[in-house]
This record gives sequence, C-alpha cells and structure tokens, in this order.
Amino acid sequence: MSDLTELGVRQGLEALGRGDCSSRELTLAFLERSQRLEPKVHAFITPTPELALHMAEAADQRRQACKRDPSLALPPLLGLPVAIKDVLVLKGVRCTCGSHILENFVPPFTGTAVQRLLDAGVVVTGKTNMDEFAMGSSTENSGYGPTHNPWDLTRVPGGSSGGSAAAVAGRMIPAALGTDTGGSVRQPASFCGVTGLKPTYGRVSRYGLVAFGSSLDTIGVLAHSAEDVALIFTHLAGYDLRDATSLDVPVPEIALEKNDSLDGLRVGVPQEYFINGIQPEVEAGIHQAIDVLHSLGAEIRPVNLPHTGEALPAYYLIAPAEASANLARYDGVRYGLREPADSVRDVFFKSRGKGFGAEVKRRIMLGTYALSAGYYDAYYGQAQKVRTLIKDDFEQAFQMVDVIAAPVAPSTAFRLGEHSDDPLAMYLEDVFTLPANLAGVPGLAFPVGFDQHGLPVGMQLMGAHFSEELLIQVGHAFQKATDWHLRAPALL
Amino acid sequence: MSLTLSEVEHIAELARLELTDEEKERFRRQLSEILDYAARLQSIDTSQTLPSAARPATARSAVAPHSVLRPDVPAPSLKLKEVLDNAPQAEDDQFRVPPVLEQAP
Repeated sequence: MSDLTELGVRQGLEALGRGDCSSRELTLAFLERSQRLEPKVHAFITPTPELALHMAEAADQRRQACKRDPSLALPPLLGLPVAIKDVLVLKGVRCTCGSHILENFVPPFTGTAVQRLLDAGVVVTGKTNMDEFAMGSSTENSGYGPTHNPWDLTRVPGGSSGGSAAAVAGRMIPAALGTDTGGSVRQPASFCGVTGLKPTYGRVSRYGLVAFGSSLDTIGVLAHSAEDVALIFTHLAGYDLRDATSLDVPVPEIALEKNDSLDGLRVGVPQEYFINGIQPEVEAGIHQAIDVLHSLGAEIRPVNLPHTGEALPAYYLIAPAEASANLARYDGVRYGLREPADSVRDVFFKSRGKGFGAEVKRRIMLGTYALSAGYYDAYYGQAQKVRTLIKDDFEQAFQMVDVIAAPVAPSTAFRLGEHSDDPLAMYLEDVFTLPANLAGVPGLAFPVGFDQHGLPVGMQLMGAHFSEELLIQVGHAFQKATDWHLRAPALL
Repeated sequence: MSLTLSEVEHIAELARLELTDEEKERFRRQLSEILDYAARLQSIDTSQTLPSAARPATARSAVAPHSVLRPDVPAPSLKLKEVLDNAPQAEDDQFRVPPVLEQAP
C-alpha cells in the first residue's frame, strides 16, 4: 500500500481487517505525517505517540487473538487511530482545554464518549488544539498558539474544534472528536473541507467533557465522509446515567447502502440563511449542492425560520451566562493553576486573572453581567424566551420538510488575525450555526465546492431531533454523487 | 448602552477576576458594544412565550422537563492520591490553601 495516511475510517478498518497493514503500521504512518506537518499546522496540543503505539500493539495482539479464537468478539474500531479534542478527558493524559489554567491538569478518569471509543478499540494519537474552553471560531484563542488551515496556512481552520478539523484535513488522522456548542464542529469542518456531525443535544454523553455552555454542549465527529462519521458516531452515542441530560433513545445501526436515491425527501431552504454579506461563492456553492440533492430525487421547498436573526444575540447571552457559572470552578484550590497570594480571596482573583485568556475573561464578564441582580430578566430571561421561539421555528419547519439545507458560515476561512480585537465581528461568524444549538437539533456539515482561492465551501443539513441517521444518509448520497470530500490540500 | 468603569469593576468583583487597568477599559468598550447588539432582543414580543428549559422537548418526549436521578448505588470514588496529584498544594491528605480568615493584627 502506497500511503496509509490516505485511508479514511472505513478504508482503514478494511485494510486492518484484511491484514494489509497492522494497527502499528497504520498508526505510525499517521504519527509520522503529523510530526512532519505539525510545525506548519499545529493541530495538536499534546501528541501521544508512545501511548498510541502501545495501544496499536495491543490492538494488533487482540486481532491475532480474535483470529485464533473466533468466539472472541472483535471490537468494531479495533486499531483505528483517532485524535481527541483537548476538552474531553482521558485518564493520565494532560487535558488543557486550550487554557493555561489547566496547563498541568492530568485527569484521574476517562469520560464516557472517549471510553466508548476505547472500548470499540481505537488508538489515540493525541489531544487536538482548540479555542480556550471552546470559546471561539478560529482556534486563535488557544493558549498554546493557533492552528493553521491546511488549505492555506495563512488562514484559520475555524473553531473551536480547529485542531481536530485541521488534523483530519491534513490527513494527520482519519477521524477526530470535536465539540459543538455554537458551531464548533460544523464551522471548522466547513473551513477545512471535511465532514462534521453535531448530534442532537443529549445524544452523546458529556460525562468527562469539560463544561462550557451546559444547555448547548454536544460532542461530535470529524472525518472525511458522512460514512466515516457514521462509523464513529454509532459507537459514541447512547444513554449514560452519568450525564443527567443524556437521552434514553436507541441509537440506530446506520444503513447506507440502500439509500442512493433521495426520492421523496423534502429539503427545506431557509431564506433567512441567504443574507446580505454572504460571500457570493458560498451562496452559489450551496445552490449548486441543493441542485445535486434535487437531481438525486429530493423535492426542494422554501421554508421560513423567522427568528434566525435573533439566534446570535440570544446565544451570546445564554452561552456566556452558563460559561461564567461553569468556569467558577477554576479557583486555584483543588487543581489547575494557582498564583501564590496571602489570602484565599487573592488566590481566586490572581489565579483566574493570570490563567484565563482574553476571550474567556470577556465571556465570564458578559455572562456574569447577564446573570447579575437587576439584569437577569432583561438579558438571560429574555434570551431563553427567544430561544423558545427559535425552537418553535424549527419544529414548524420540520412539519413541512425532512431536512434543512443551509450554508455553515457566511464566508470561507478568513485570515489569521482578521478579527483580532473585534469580538463582535468574530461572533458574527457563528450566525448560521448557533440556531441548531439553541434548538438542540443535529447538523451535518460537508464540503460542496471551493472558492476562487481554493478554500472549501461547506453546507450543513439540519434535521429534527434524533435524525442523525437521515442526515448521514443524505450526506452519503450527496458524496456518492460528488467528489468534493475526496479533495486533499497540497500540503507536504 | 455604555458600561462605566465602576460597573466593569463590580462585574469583575462578582466573577473573582483580577483585571489590569488596560483590560478594564477594553472590556468596558467591548462589552458595551456586545450588549448594544444584544439589546435587539428587547424588541421581541415574548409576553406569550415560556423560557426554554435546558433539556429540549422532543418529538418523543414533549413533556415538561424533569429531574433525572440515577439509582443510589454505592461505588468506589477516586483514590485520594489520584485526586491530590492535581492539587497545587497538598498536605496530610488535604488541599492546602492560604488562611481563609484574616489574621489578627
């Protein structure tokens, strides 16, 4: 086999199954490519090559044992290398959340989502870069330096799961876990030309996910195709007693082979997502992709999501409010950075002042204000009511259509530094991804073209709660008819 | 709307966040801008609307949000050493912190 790093999830598992390569060989190939590209891309905060090789060798032994004794169950993802966003804890491996306040934090337990993948047999090659505490849309807010977009190193990979998206796009890993609180899987997937799934809120357990916005946080998957995403997602999802918001809904086996035609599928196109200021090539790319869905048999209908414009202000009150409460735990007492001081009070102030970066401080301040006495009803309370209107929009739309097709972001990847010191301009990048988080519905982002600079254009499909299977089937049908998802950046 | 410096200092006090003078001024300006933008929510009529609960009502369970409790089954907790390994300072199996109460003069 020429280059093992060209393999995606399904191909990699098939190669392992046939014995074309060992997990050790596959893992080494991705580790070596990562090592070579890291000085340019910086997708990882903490690479774990020794752990990965140890896990790969164990996977190879397990496979041999299963061959000798067919009564042993073969774990479904045995030997597959994956990377994990550095906001999900893995016992014994430093977890920074992109923050200096957790620079030396080594978690004493493994979260449910990661544990499920470990049980399925994966090999972990590292923890990926991210905006600090997942707050950002460019990965520039990482305390460990920004990630660069493999399609153009002067541009951002999106965020906050920018390290995961860049690692997949750069063929440094076949798949990676990300998290999506306001678009943090879908927008970097779009900027990096990969496929990313944000599941229904409550679908994947968040036990062991460091909390940002608890009513919004979801754990998702980034990979090269809808099919590859499905292979990981089915092992990630499911009920977990350890997450009180986890939902006890059966996870389907996702059937892809029978659904090449989209006959009878109703695709909604919301006019509110085609606004002034959207990059013309993004708009054109989405319309061409919708034409592809139509040519596969789907019926295209206009739909209205009238409160789309209110999602952004509502989100930027709700998420910071929840973040300000969640991040109160970083006080320098039990774990994390402690700045020496003469009193406990000063330990709190100085540790937090030194450990948090600018965007995190900004959101803590904003959220504290929105929750403070005299302002709660006007800000947080009103935002939660507007959120109900946004959810109602989606519920009404999904009575008319099965999926909604829309751009992921108003533009393709922007340049590093373009929005520095203009937080509002950065927040506006999230305008199309926030509504799904506020409504709790799933979304699948995938590439549908390129702009004149050779940067990927992404589309998202949104569906009703628990419609991940349908989104993946539609994405798969699109990817069987097109080859945008197969294009790779010319990085060497 | 425009936040004052003393409002910024009050919020930072509530958030237990030490800010430099430069940060205070920058956040005063930026938070004012963001809150101006958020003010557009005030014009939306929500007099007939209930606030969203954290747990979204779903097609499957369009029920009022409810508390979820796990069975109360005893299980081992983390080992003390594993917990204290992350402590900035520990002593005699406890977290060590500076004095909580002011010392007598």
